Amino acid sequence: MAIRVFLTLLLFLSSAILSFALYEDQAGLTDWHQRYIGKVKHAVFHTQKTGRKRVIVSTEENVVASLDLRHGEIFWRHVLGTKDAIDGVGIALGKYVITLSSEGSTLRAWNLPDGQMVWETSLHSAQHSKSLLSVPINLKVDKDYPIIVFGGGYLHAVSAIDGEVLWKKDFTAEGFEVQRVLQPPGSSIIYVLGFINFSEAVVYQIDSKSGEVVAEKSMMFPGGFSGEISSVSSDKVVVLDSTRSILVTIGFIDGDISFQKTPISDLVEDSGKAEILSALLSNMLAVKVNKRTLFVKVGGEGKLEVVDSLSDETAMSDSLPVADDQEAFASVHHEGSKIHLMVKLVNELDNVLLRETIQMDQHRGRVHKVFMNNYIRTDRSNGFRALIVMEDHSLLLLQQGAIVWSREEGLASVTDVTTAELPLGKDGVSVAKVEHTLFEWLKGHVLKLKGSLLLASPEDVVAIQELRVKSSGKNKLTRDHNGFRKLILALTRPGKLFALHTGDGRIVWSMLLKSPSNSQACERPNGISLYQWQVPHHHAMDENPSVLVVGKCGSDSSAPGVLSFVDVYTGKEISSSDIGHSVVQVMPLPFTDSTEQRLHLIADTVGHVHLYPKTSEALSIFQREFQNVYWYTVEADIIRGHVMKGSCSSETADEYCFTTRELWTVVFPSESEKIISTLTRKPNEVVHTQAKVNSDQDLLYKYVSRNLLFVATVSPKGAGEIGSVTPEESSLVVYLIDTITGRILHRLSHQGCQGPVHAVFSENWVVYHYFNLRAHKYEVTVVEIYDQSRAENKNVWKLILGKHNLTAPITSYSRPEVFTKSQSYFFAQSVKTIAVTSTAKGITSKQLLIGTIGDQILALDKRFVDPRRTLNPSQAEKEEGIIPLTDTLPIIPQAYITHSHKVEGLRGIVTAPSKLESTTHVFAYGVDLFYTRLAPSKTYDSLTDDFSYALLLITIVALVAAIYITWVLSEKKELSEKWR
Amino acid sequence: MAPILRSTSLVALIVCQISLIFLFASTLPISSGSDSEDSYTITGRVRIPASTVIGHAAKFSNIKVILNGGQHVTFLRPDGYFTFHKVPAGTHLIEVYAMGYFFSPVRVDVSARHRGKVQATLTETRRSLTELVLEPLRAEQYYEMREPFSVMSILKSPMGLMVGFMVVVVFLMPKLMENIDPEEMKSAQEQMRSQGVPSLTSLLPASR
Repeated sequence: MAIRVFLTLLLFLSSAILSFALYEDQAGLTDWHQRYIGKVKHAVFHTQKTGRKRVIVSTEENVVASLDLRHGEIFWRHVLGTKDAIDGVGIALGKYVITLSSEGSTLRAWNLPDGQMVWETSLHSAQHSKSLLSVPINLKVDKDYPIIVFGGGYLHAVSAIDGEVLWKKDFTAEGFEVQRVLQPPGSSIIYVLGFINFSEAVVYQIDSKSGEVVAEKSMMFPGGFSGEISSVSSDKVVVLDSTRSILVTIGFIDGDISFQKTPISDLVEDSGKAEILSALLSNMLAVKVNKRTLFVKVGGEGKLEVVDSLSDETAMSDSLPVADDQEAFASVHHEGSKIHLMVKLVNELDNVLLRETIQMDQHRGRVHKVFMNNYIRTDRSNGFRALIVMEDHSLLLLQQGAIVWSREEGLASVTDVTTAELPLGKDGVSVAKVEHTLFEWLKGHVLKLKGSLLLASPEDVVAIQELRVKSSGKNKLTRDHNGFRKLILALTRPGKLFALHTGDGRIVWSMLLKSPSNSQACERPNGISLYQWQVPHHHAMDENPSVLVVGKCGSDSSAPGVLSFVDVYTGKEISSSDIGHSVVQVMPLPFTDSTEQRLHLIADTVGHVHLYPKTSEALSIFQREFQNVYWYTVEADIIRGHVMKGSCSSETADEYCFTTRELWTVVFPSESEKIISTLTRKPNEVVHTQAKVNSDQDLLYKYVSRNLLFVATVSPKGAGEIGSVTPEESSLVVYLIDTITGRILHRLSHQGCQGPVHAVFSENWVVYHYFNLRAHKYEVTVVEIYDQSRAENKNVWKLILGKHNLTAPITSYSRPEVFTKSQSYFFAQSVKTIAVTSTAKGITSKQLLIGTIGDQILALDKRFVDPRRTLNPSQAEKEEGIIPLTDTLPIIPQAYITHSHKVEGLRGIVTAPSKLESTTHVFAYGVDLFYTRLAPSKTYDSLTDDFSYALLLITIVALVAAIYITWVLSEKKELSEKWR
Repeated sequence: MAPILRSTSLVALIVCQISLIFLFASTLPISSGSDSEDSYTITGRVRIPASTVIGHAAKFSNIKVILNGGQHVTFLRPDGYFTFHKVPAGTHLIEVYAMGYFFSPVRVDVSARHRGKVQATLTETRRSLTELVLEPLRAEQYYEMREPFSVMSILKSPMGLMVGFMVVVVFLMPKLMENIDPEEMKSAQEQMRSQGVPSLTSLLPASR
């Protein structure tokens, strides 16, 4: 009896102490967070004698950031909106960072030390045009020169102090595009050079104080300009004409325009299409012709003269004033696995100030950009440092012949993610020697105990944290029992594949995609997507697992694709092939060959599908299932289902190519519906049970089909942003469509609602998030779909007598009898993406992972989006775990799995099961990366990290002691009783 | 289930409309400005009370103000003001994101008829604002608080329960044994003597 009471007490207590979230000292134990900025577009150095040395950068991910020049760390960073691309960056008054964004219509100033926004000015813009920011480099702070901005057809002068627009000039009427703004020092006259329709050069002289046009000169150029321009001095620019074969020097001394044409063929024999490399070099010009780089000196009268040439591709920096009115520039070129950095004086090219050779990782590709900065050494000579941007988007600082720091900025543009297992340890999976001696082990656990009892001093806390990170052995490169250690494979936009360790997020290996044939047409393919190619388990255990990387040459949809097979353990490319057709859709098939290679179908733009791997075995497997392969395509308002037809041997000799025919189409009325979102279940998702037991002992059968497609359409008017449409004009309709037959299984319409729709599809339910215009709030709706045809199988007698249809094969050809349940709730935040946790066997309850617009990830239990929630659940329903219905989904701050981090620019969340059923891996990517491990129903199948072995030991010792003492006592008592 | 929700949203709608009517009755200009014919400027302010949560110092530099779910993103000036330029007339949604705080989204109606007059309502509490001054609904604590050291927490842990159980066995069992029939006691003692070591089973009279 006592034992029973005790057990119930224990059960009660253990359920009561379930907590939802992390303690502060647990942050960083299982999760990691990495901050990135993206590929650098502009860089401005701020290296004054006093204060911290920093470089201000703006990137292609719309980030403006201040980096520590010594270590490459981020001082501060701001991620602008997705449509707020940065056009220019500069430093004004020595204390403000100026950014121009949104095609020259938004100008912001940020405080240099801490990144606080100081002012923001919206500028007029009437048309799309090139935008240009010119921040005066005034050494005297007392003289306030305005910032000159051109964008959208207007030229603005803005005060750097408060962002006030001093004057503006309207150039929209004549189609004038400003190319260069020159602000000669010490003068209030600025020169504005621009082209009208790229055929007429115009120079305005404008008083920078008042905005008055002092003088205006224009001159027609019959050939037309290409738009590439290089400033060579305060009164000269060099441009390329539209045929790219003539260099034109435009001089505008005192407002007079003069042209001087120099054909490229005069400069170099093997002429071709030229390209201007440098933007700002004084009296110099760098031109790329036929992969050669020419340095062209611009003489006093605009005479051009080749002074040097480099045979390889070269990246150039702008020129920089160094001591004694000299100007220097940096150039970087490749030679084998090395890169050469040279700093030369502009006027004396033979005088090389700096020549450094640096060994460079082949997987970084070529140098794309160079930014140079100088400093005065202790011996008063000039030292140089160069910030270089590589082809894989990484950012490196070179100084004194070495890479001082590097940042893997490619990881800011992850396009696809998958996970892979680590290799088995040599001596099996064993807990290696993590703790050295018993004493140290005990000491560690005593420390932990102190920590959990809140008795630890601050030093102890630090020691505990260190111990936890070190002792958990989470960073080893071998597989573990629980499947906690894994590799996250991330494919980035520049075509680099990274393998990150789940333990600490370090890069295990990285590999830049290469073009298989090294052809001219495709130097470097872009990465599109990533597939599990070979996951050996049953047979072929000796094979290393591999992934398939699908890339593309060029940006248009018909560009030829490239396949690359990469060994996951080593990061080496096994093979790669130029497949010679375009890639529209890649379909992994549920079949594998004898070496566990998965069969994939790749559809091209012509309507053919191609089978990979190209082996006869794969072909025979595919031929067997030929009739059962279906696929679908989604266009603007049509969904088409396709079926295999035959070999396309009539057109090509390729026996792995197949033709298809259209089987069904679902056409949405284009005047009232437009597809904004489609979604299917994850193909590798595991469903544990088909049946769901109700509180009243009733059975529901989930309709679990891999071939369901969720489609959301809105009325065309409602496809825009919130605020552009009234509730009466917009409606949202969602469909569940069977992709084999094209049958619409369910249709649900939401009047007065609009997109964007973010949805997640798992098992037999869809949860989607959209905007309700009537309530002016976001809403989340859940739709669960159940199989009616199996609902009759509830009777026990039927089951016993075998009169049930549970063993009947499920076929997509028959008409399913389904019914749905749905419910809607309000949600208080905008959402960027939704995902769902996935576990090994699908037993653990699920959590929705909602990426909010605040770049945090909220874990919401699926029980909150259960359509069976009612206002007053009965006792039985409460026991089943049904939560009383509320109109709003709760946002519990402790349920943010990102805790105090933000995954800036969040784009996607990927979940992967671990071997332990209770636990799932979560990886979120955007500009930042975040990884954590989640246990949606707590770690019911293992002890937590907090488990205190020391307390257990102490308890056992205490128990043994107590037993011994009581034994001694009872002996004594017995003895005394005997004497009595 | 669906009808219930339908009715709640209907109620919400009615409440919303009532509050709107109320707004019209007490129209107060918040901030207006006209850029051109059909685009307006929304200016507002974020006010965060002096930091109440330790470790989440209110830093204006990390606060984002988002219009219509990401259409425009802007930042706060040192004085807490923010501005959205070139906003067309219509009904918009403004959200404020600051780590450590929860802000209600704000429904903002920009009137075309009244030259960009702005009316604002908190969508969570359905409270209308006379000025576009946004304050957090609540501070957010992302970590579970560790309970301070207490005897209860020790006792609640499985080990504490084990110790507690042992204490019960050691100190309460002898009391129970006193109430046992002396005959039975004697036989138990006999057995104990024969074994030499007291065993747990012999201590537990209930198991007999």
